[in-house]
Amino acid sequence: MAMLIQFFVPSKLSHTVYNEITNWAQIIYAFALIVGVFGLLKYQVEKLSRRRSGWIYNLVTVVSLVVMAILGFVAGRGDDSPFMWAFNHIQAPMQASVFSLLAFFVASAAYRGFTARNTEAVLLLLSAVFIMFGIASIGNAIPLFSDIANWILMNPSMTARRGIFIGIGLGVIATSLRVILGVERTYLGKE
Amino acid sequence: MILRVYAVIFVACSNIAASELYISDLPNDDGARLRVQWEPLPPHELEEINPEFYVLERSQNDPDNFASAGVISRDDTSYAFIDAGLAANTPYYYRLSYVDSLTSWYSSVFGPVQPVENWFNTARKNVLIGIIVVGLIVAIFIFRGRRGKSLYLRPIAGLLAVDEAIGRATEMGKPILYSSGRGGMQRPATMASMNILGSVAEKVASYGTPLIFPNNDPVVTAVAQEVVREGYTKAGHPDAYRPEDVYFVTDSQFGYAAAVDGIMMRERPATNLFFGTFEAESLILAETGNAIGAIQIAGTDSSIQMAFFMVACDYVLIGEELFAASGYLSKDPQVIGSLKGSDLSKMIIIGLLILGAILALLNQSWFVNLFVTV
Repeated sequence: MAMLIQFFVPSKLSHTVYNEITNWAQIIYAFALIVGVFGLLKYQVEKLSRRRSGWIYNLVTVVSLVVMAILGFVAGRGDDSPFMWAFNHIQAPMQASVFSLLAFFVASAAYRGFTARNTEAVLLLLSAVFIMFGIASIGNAIPLFSDIANWILMNPSMTARRGIFIGIGLGVIATSLRVILGVERTYLGKE
Repeated sequence: MILRVYAVIFVACSNIAASELYISDLPNDDGARLRVQWEPLPPHELEEINPEFYVLERSQNDPDNFASAGVISRDDTSYAFIDAGLAANTPYYYRLSYVDSLTSWYSSVFGPVQPVENWFNTARKNVLIGIIVVGLIVAIFIFRGRRGKSLYLRPIAGLLAVDEAIGRATEMGKPILYSSGRGGMQRPATMASMNILGSVAEKVASYGTPLIFPNNDPVVTAVAQEVVREGYTKAGHPDAYRPEDVYFVTDSQFGYAAAVDGIMMRERPATNLFFGTFEAESLILAETGNAIGAIQIAGTDSSIQMAFFMVACDYVLIGEELFAASGYLSKDPQVIGSLKGSDLSKMIIIGLLILGAILALLNQSWFVNLFVTV
């Protein structure tokens, strides 16, 4: 409710309330992170102690967590610190590798999804072909593909997305009103 | 309040003809800004002074003690400057100046002008009216639902399939994997996900089906643990609740995706439920779930990720169906009432869109301008 009021009130007091709430949210998040990390550690150690299948991954998780924490506390987090070396040379490349899997997953999902089973699927397949060729470099060599791709993106696709945005916006308003009015309290763990 | 102040600009060498300076308070702000505008010097005077730039000088409370507020390029044709970082309700004086080795001139002093702190952003009044109208409609239907009036909701395949998916997992003796994505607890999609989780937790508690819920956000983890515990309690099996089933993994996006994928490959859940805010990791999760043969039901507030879920999942909640899910699953008449209210609001918006399109075709832009906001 405070954030809703703040959106319409530009005064300094309103900005102060907004900044205070966001600061408190960050503080709560930080404390929740500590609780979450200890919960994770407890969960991993329990699974490790029971030597359940896949326990080696639990060991890697625990060792990584402890080592990074020690490096961070002992040697700091400066640009030349061992912590940042581990982050830049181990964690960041691993994250990039998982991200890169997305390309292959998109290909497999497209292969499975763009099958001409019915009329709608044929339309989806044709749209995908035009858009893929239109956006790729080869689209410049074939003017028709890029024109059709742009038309599809700016007309039917944009129309559908805006319709979905309107629906989501109304859903957000209804959910927020239910929370503000106290109608919806399941997220508090109460009926 | 706009004050128009006239002044005469003097040059060290000769008198120059009069020019005007306008200083006004910027509307809809916290009283920290003033807009200073001026008219350009006539060409012959500009040639005589030949400034490389102008300096806008400001003085607080005192018309003699000036400091630079900003440097304006000679080629700047907006002839305006917004001075920020001011103190509200404090008088300020301004003047223009230019000083170099050959020339120094100063305009007369203009002011005092006080920036005013505003308590309502009038540029957003149309948003406020919209929220009040939609809010009233939703509230009316909530009260109608509270009075016990029966309201019809069309069946949603994805939500009807939740029961079937839970039953499938129970029959196969495999766990259910639940994910609320990357959103924090302040996001409505995450709140909707927690509402769905409450119903799912109650069902899995009744059937004795294991539930695995790895989390990306520690605050959501704490809320989810309470929701699941409450679900088990409501089902009459509080002892069956295992806190280790709802745990925090990491707040790293792809670390979370890798962790959930690993859980899927090892635990082989029969059902995957993805409800919440998802980003690039959505397809990684959904494709892995597809690869292990799990039945997947997804709902998100992102139109882009929704497309990925459409391809990889068996059922997808589109748009506001995610926010409607709590009403469907809980059958709470007040929540159902709010769904009817948002449906009526949607009909009003559709009517306004059609009216706006017709008026735009007739070259009547005033109607569209009613909905423009800052």
